[in-house]
Amino acid sequence: MHAYANPTRFLALARPLTLWSFGLGLLLVIGGSIYGLAYAPADRLMGDSVRILYIHVPTVWLAMGGWSAIAISSIVQLAWRHPLAAVAARAVAVPGALFTALGLLTGSIWARPTWGTWWVWDGRVTSVLVLFFLYLAYIALANASSEKGGVSRVTAIFGIVGAINIPIINRSVIWWNSLHQPASITVSGSSIDSAFLWPLMVNVVGFSLLFGAIILMRMRMILAQTKVEARLKRMAAE
Amino acid sequence: MIRQLASIIWRDVRQSYASGGTWLPVIFYLSAATLFPFAVGPDRQLLLETGGGILWIAALLATLLPLDRLIQPDLDNGIYDQLIVRGLADELIAFARLISHWLAFGPPLLCAAFLASGLMGLDGPPLVTLLASLAIATPALAGLAVMIAALTAGLKGAGALGGLLLVPLAIPMLIFGAGSLSDPSGSALLFLAAISLLLVAITPFAAGAALRALRE
Repeated sequence: MHAYANPTRFLALARPLTLWSFGLGLLLVIGGSIYGLAYAPADRLMGDSVRILYIHVPTVWLAMGGWSAIAISSIVQLAWRHPLAAVAARAVAVPGALFTALGLLTGSIWARPTWGTWWVWDGRVTSVLVLFFLYLAYIALANASSEKGGVSRVTAIFGIVGAINIPIINRSVIWWNSLHQPASITVSGSSIDSAFLWPLMVNVVGFSLLFGAIILMRMRMILAQTKVEARLKRMAAE
Repeated sequence: MIRQLASIIWRDVRQSYASGGTWLPVIFYLSAATLFPFAVGPDRQLLLETGGGILWIAALLATLLPLDRLIQPDLDNGIYDQLIVRGLADELIAFARLISHWLAFGPPLLCAAFLASGLMGLDGPPLVTLLASLAIATPALAGLAVMIAALTAGLKGAGALGGLLLVPLAIPMLIFGAGSLSDPSGSALLFLAAISLLLVAITPFAAGAALRALRE
């Protein structure tokens, strides 16, 4: 892990990785979505609206994965002072907030025909909304405490404290037994028919690769900005 | 060490009562509670049903008011540096600040809630539940306030930023605190107590880590 504290070594790996994961992710998302939208069967109860879930599930998973990534890089930043962890945490924040918003939006569109309402104050929905506010607060704190480069140490502390919400989201369908259905896909298996599961899994992998590519791009952008800054300072000093 | 902590707490409490800063959240709390009947009309039944929730929201908003005066003044005066030189841990300092802030914030807020529930027409068991839920939650609200104040110390626009940071973290308490009013079984109060204990245990560590990060 510490070998990649050197930005040059990290960039040598990140450049090809960005390209590959972006290309492959885009291909999978397009393929999975076309299959899911046009060829997968309609659900017996939900009808065609089931197709929204091929977007909804990956985005919300990544919204939670994003904050988990922030929490893990915050711990790495505070414990080992790894410089890239702070950069990674800043890179995740905005795409994470975007994916949370997408997840809420697609869920809301799906809920209109299925539950008959745009919004319910159900445990799962509410805790994901809290996650969205946490993302916004995190971005505001990160921008207020350090404008460029990695996030500050206080932002990292907030990232760790905010992670309390992640297990709450995960358990919410069990604790508050309400409208949102419990988990269909767990570590031990899936209760979804393979006709629905395949396009969903393709999209999950595709969106994850896209998310990773966006984060790598943003990390490279932040590193490039600090480099420009340092170079300008050096030129001004000469 | 206990004597040192006690003297820090005593000093903070005396200071906040002497400066009059203690009464600011209380007055704000009462005026927020007064605004509500103006907005929805003085219908007795409506106020009875929604009053508890409104008083809870007002308590959350009152938590935000003292954020910029919790850590920043002592930080500017170098008090924390002095305490660190004397060998106190950052977490202990944060914990002392939590206690002193609660002593200056909790009891006055409870008195104000008692008055305001009269304005809402709350009486009997709902009044007892409201006061109990606020008594349980105020230590955690004080802990959150100290943590957020430490996280935002020295930043531009710390007040507004603090509100943005604190509100999502306080939502679980609002859900169970206001929920306890319509829950005769009392399990919402137990949940509230669990969350409150958890926050009181966690926030001094987060605030202490923030104080340490500020020195670097």
